[in-house]
Amino acid sequence: MTLAINVLLWLVVGTLALIAAMRGRVLLNEGSRAGVMEFILLLPRIGIGVVGSGFVAEALPNEWIAPWLGPESGFFGVLIATLGGALTPGGPVVGFSIGAAALKSGAGAPQVIAYSTAWALYAIHRLIIWEVPMMPARVVLLRAAVSLPLPFMAAAIAMLLGRP
Amino acid sequence: MLPKVLAGCLIGAFVTLLLPRELVARWVGHESGFTGLLIAAFFGFLLPGGPITIYPVAGAFLVMGADAGAVVAFIVSWTLIGYTRALVWELPFFGSDFVIWRIVAALPLPIVAGLLARAAVRAGFEYREGAQ
Repeated sequence: MTLAINVLLWLVVGTLALIAAMRGRVLLNEGSRAGVMEFILLLPRIGIGVVGSGFVAEALPNEWIAPWLGPESGFFGVLIATLGGALTPGGPVVGFSIGAAALKSGAGAPQVIAYSTAWALYAIHRLIIWEVPMMPARVVLLRAAVSLPLPFMAAAIAMLLGRP
Repeated sequence: MLPKVLAGCLIGAFVTLLLPRELVARWVGHESGFTGLLIAAFFGFLLPGGPITIYPVAGAFLVMGADAGAVVAFIVSWTLIGYTRALVWELPFFGSDFVIWRIVAALPLPIVAGLLARAAVRAGFEYREGAQ
């Protein structure tokens, strides 16, 4: 599975690089440099996040996670996870490491999906820092409002699909 | 894990350089119907970059006449099924099986959000006041 994904991804990279090269050497160099630079800048953050998620897992109150967010917690667990996601501040490292840590500590997968979906869609800090300055406030309001049911739907679909 | 992250970064950089954004904006106008929602969701999936790239593009869509439903579908799609975010951020923490499963569960959601937004606008929600 992992190998197949790797091969597929690098095929996409190769195709895009070829298209860029056909439009000119400059475009190929520019794209490669931008991609590699972003990767280098990301490395320390990913490292901190992956190591940190282990610490977060230790720090999370394990004895609460299984009963409140475990596979048996059902809709109520999804509701708590959604609220937690909406209230989690910070970038992807924080959101995903808490989600991964909760999963390791016994949270159910649909509950973790509800958490990361809510965090991605309407973490309050993101609305204020990113969306409101760049889009009309009423569109942001509309987007956040119609997003409210989505973590529940994602969790429900995940429950229907069953674990891979 | 790291080769995938590097691939995600390179795909993001090349797509940003190769995709003409004016063309994207033309395809999701307010007369675009259900197809417009699908196209908007597809571009949300395709367009790489962080919030600093996505929200200005979404804002530009609005100014160029995209309707609220398409813009909502675009943002929700980028947020939930955008591949760069999943590759770069989610994969290192959760592993491919979990990420693919989560994305499959999220596939219908951009369209649902777009339809809900259009229903709200039809029910009388005014969103263009601030824009004009």
